[in-house]
Order: sequence, then structure tokens, then C-alpha cells
Amino acid sequence: MFSLSPDDWSAIRLTLALAGLTTILLLLIGTPIAWWLARTASAWKRPVSAVVTLPMVLPPTVLGFYLLVLMGPEGPVGRLTQALGLGLLPFTFSGLVVASLFYSLPFAVQPLQQAFEAIGERPLEVAATLRASPLDTFFTVVLPLARPGFVTAAVMSFAHTIGEFGVVLMIGGNIPDRTRVLSVQIYDHVEALEFTQGHWLAGGLLVFSFCVLLVLYRFNPGQPGMRP
Amino acid sequence: MSIELDITRTYPGFTLAADLTLPGQGVTALFGPSGSGKTTLLRCIAGLEKAANARLVVNGEVWQDGDFFLPVHQRALGYVFQEASLFPHLTVAGNLHYGKKRSRAAAADEAGILDMLGIAHLLPRKPDGLSGGERQRVAIARALLAAPKLLLMDEPLAALDSQRKREILPYLERLHDRLSIPILYVSHAADEVARLADHLVLLEQGRVLASGPLTETLSRLDLPLAADEDAAVVVDAVVGAHDSNYHLTRLDFSGGVIWVTRRDLPLGHRTRLRILARDVSIALEGGNASSILNRLQADVTALVAADNPAQMLVGLRMGQTALLARITRRSRDQLGLAEGMGVWAQIKSVALLA
Repeated sequence: MFSLSPDDWSAIRLTLALAGLTTILLLLIGTPIAWWLARTASAWKRPVSAVVTLPMVLPPTVLGFYLLVLMGPEGPVGRLTQALGLGLLPFTFSGLVVASLFYSLPFAVQPLQQAFEAIGERPLEVAATLRASPLDTFFTVVLPLARPGFVTAAVMSFAHTIGEFGVVLMIGGNIPDRTRVLSVQIYDHVEALEFTQGHWLAGGLLVFSFCVLLVLYRFNPGQPGMRP
Repeated sequence: MSIELDITRTYPGFTLAADLTLPGQGVTALFGPSGSGKTTLLRCIAGLEKAANARLVVNGEVWQDGDFFLPVHQRALGYVFQEASLFPHLTVAGNLHYGKKRSRAAAADEAGILDMLGIAHLLPRKPDGLSGGERQRVAIARALLAAPKLLLMDEPLAALDSQRKREILPYLERLHDRLSIPILYVSHAADEVARLADHLVLLEQGRVLASGPLTETLSRLDLPLAADEDAAVVVDAVVGAHDSNYHLTRLDFSGGVIWVTRRDLPLGHRTRLRILARDVSIALEGGNASSILNRLQADVTALVAADNPAQMLVGLRMGQTALLARITRRSRDQLGLAEGMGVWAQIKSVALLA
């Protein structure tokens, strides 16, 4: 009765790989952006904030559409990747990763930014008066103090990437083993009226999402998710 | 050995301008009402605020000059903030070693510092389990363990209640007695300054009103200090004798002696007296027709009006020692006081500070 097809398993593997890679990259990319946003007094803060938050409010198909145009053969990014010999990104796993980075960016940046802002100026000043260089301070004071923010950012990015559908469909299509992720697989099952299979995957995602939030609240009691 | 600074820092509606040479040892108090710029000055000295075109030389080491700005983490300083600001993710030991292991200077005497501040038993604890006084002592030790050449303290007692203050003051006095590095101590509490400082910088609205040795500056009548209700002078004295018959102790200072109720202090012990202007009255004749124990011959050096129209402030001098007396204008006229007159200063009460 527990019956996942090889296609289902392939979609699960692909989804976990996509979400895992996206999360790692987002923590690396999101940290400096969030740090800058948390500390800057620059006039660019608001526009940059808005751009970073945009994927949260934009319909995923819109985001996917523009990414497709940009990365397509006539788009500037597409020309660049072709010139670099990387070929075209749409309909590849790499393309999905790039799209997911944009799609889930706010879910990494916002908790990190909040965590950095909560630390305030004082611990950094104390560290400086104790001979710690700014980089040293970042690793020995900021990272440990912002740990709950990193946990939230990682979990939210991971979970959000797992559930992406619209962007994937626009940018990656539906190629088995390469771009067919869970949400697309569920869609295919439903289209084919395979409701039992659809249930297994959809139900699994539901339980997974619930567990993720439970774990998050368990470890970060003071930081229930995000602000909208 | 000195600290030379010339710092100007402008904010909307406020300008701090300080051009000072401070002693390269002992405790210098930066004293003034809130908003006078004393914390800003301290932060500029630390480099936490960047004053443009400032000059700052600490015991021969240039920290700032024109375009040259030594980053905070390269300045051999210790900074104690108003709130202890311990790192919450580290234990007491972790906090203490944070600066120590990053300092390039010769290692500070760790055991001595822990002992001086009485915190050796706290090492494995986390900061959130400590009392306010304990936290502040750990913060002071943390600053000292980084082997600073200058210790900056920003109202380290202000966030503590009066009981914790009393608990921590003796530790600060020990710091004063044992440390060879200069300490800049920001405070708006006159009693703390009287207890701890050797040198006084008086700030008001971003300007330096006075800078000089504590005893001399406190006795100046041209400063707003003298007009204060709690105006007082500080006198450095040594224990000269004990009178077991009357249970008194004699304290000797330049220009006279003062008797206080007996203290268990060894002969020759250095101590500090604080004498409030309102506790000093003036008589024209010595004699013994008074129950007041301490009567000292003094010369009137100045007479100025106090903030209260009924009162006058009188500057008095005995040898090297200056006193202030707050008397009524009527008394001045009755006694016919004038500058240069010889009078008797009657001291009603004396506080022994250390």
C-alpha cells in the first residue's frame, strides 16, 4: 500500500538536493546582504530591502517569467552564460538553483537581518575594545549571538524551496530526473487522476512542513517565524 | 607621561570641543551634568566615535592625528561601559579571556586581577546568573586582562542601585591604589568623584570649564561646582595619632590637623577627607567657647555670592589646603569678613572617604 514510484523517489531526491543546495548558498549570500541591511544608514537601504522582499509578494510565475527572459538565449544573463561556455540555464538543475535563490532570498535575509539588528551596537563595541578586528568580531560574537536567526533562515529557506512550484514550472519545466521536483510531480499525479499517489506526496509535504515549524518553534521560542 | 587630546565633534545642536593635557597616571574624572559631553569625549578617546581632525596621544603613543586614525581594536585600551555588556554566549571565564588572548601586550596578572575584584569563584558561571555588581566587576576584570595602557570607565556605577554601588566602590578604590595605568572615569556623581579621582575635568555643554588637580579644582569659587548645594572640598591626609583616652584619631594635612572619632587605621595611613561647604562655619576668635572639635586658623581668600541670595561662599586657606564655607550674607556683614582676613574655620563634620 505504501507505493512511491521510481519517478516519485527521483522527484523527492531532486527536491531535497535543490532545497539543500539553495539553503547553503542562501546562507552564504544572504548573510552579507542581511548584515549590510541591518547596519547601513545608506539611502539605498529601502530600495535594496524592497528588492530583496519582492519575491515574497510577487506571483512566482512573474518571477519565473522574468528569470526565463533574462536567462534565455536573448537575455543578458543568457548571453553571458553562453559566452562563458556554460550554456543556457533554463530547463537545467542549475537554472532551478538560480531561480530558487531569488525565490527564497527574503526567507533567508529577513530572519538574519532581524537577528543582526537585535544584537545591537554594544557587543560589537565591546569586542573592538577587547582587540577583536571586525572580521574576528563577526565570527566570535555576531555568529553565536545570531544563531537563532541562522536556524530560522536555514529552515525557512529549505522549506520554502521545497514547496516552490510556479517558478519551477516557468524556468525548469518538467524534465524527469533533472527539473521535475515534488510539487510538479504532485501536479502530474493529479492531472493523471492518480489521487492515491498524489496523496502520499502531498500528505508527506504537509507533515514535513508541520514538523519543520514545530522544530523551529522548539529551538527558537523567541522568534516565531518571520514578519510578513 | 601624559594624555594629550584635542578633539572636536559636532552633532546637530551640540558641539564637543576639548583641548586637554591629562596626567598619564591616576584617576581623572570627567565630571559634568548629563548632556555635557563627557561620555562622547570618552567614546572619542576610545575611537568608538570618530572625531575628524582630532589629535590624541596616550603616553607617547599616537592614536589619532589628522587623517591618521588607529582603529579601536588596535588601541591598547580597556573600556568599561555603563552596563556590564558581558557576552551572553560566553561564561565568565570566556568573557575574561576574550580580550586577554587577543592582546599583544605582556600578559596581565590574571590571579591578581581576579583577586582584586573578588570574582575567582564566578569563572564557570554564565553572565545572566550574576548580580549587577558581579557583572560589572567581571566587566572591569575583562578590560584589565587585555593589558590596557589606558582604562576608560563610563559611569560604571550608574546602572547599579545604591547597595550595589557601595559593594563595588571599594573595588574601584583598590583599582585606584594598585593600577599604574591612567584611568579616565566619567561620572555625574560628586561623591564618586571625591572618592576616586586625582584630577578633575569639568564639562558643561560640550566645553571644558576646568581641568586640574581634584583638591584645587573643587575649591575654586569661579566654577559652578562651588554653588552646588553639596559643594565640598577634598583633603588628602595621613593618620597622625590616636587618642585612646577620648577615642579620637588625628588626621594630619598640610596646614593643620583634624580630629575624628577613632578609626582602626595604622599610623601613616593615607586617607581622604571630604568637607562640605555647608558644614564649615566661621568665627573671629579661637578660644574654646564651642563644642565644635575642629577649629582651624585660616585666611579668607575670596568671597562670592552663592546661588541663594541669602548666602555667600567663602574661600579659606590653611597652608596648602583650601576649604569652602557657606555662610549667610548677614553673618558676613556681622563679622565684617573681607579678603585676606585671618579667621577660625569651624568644621562641624568630616567624611572619611578612604
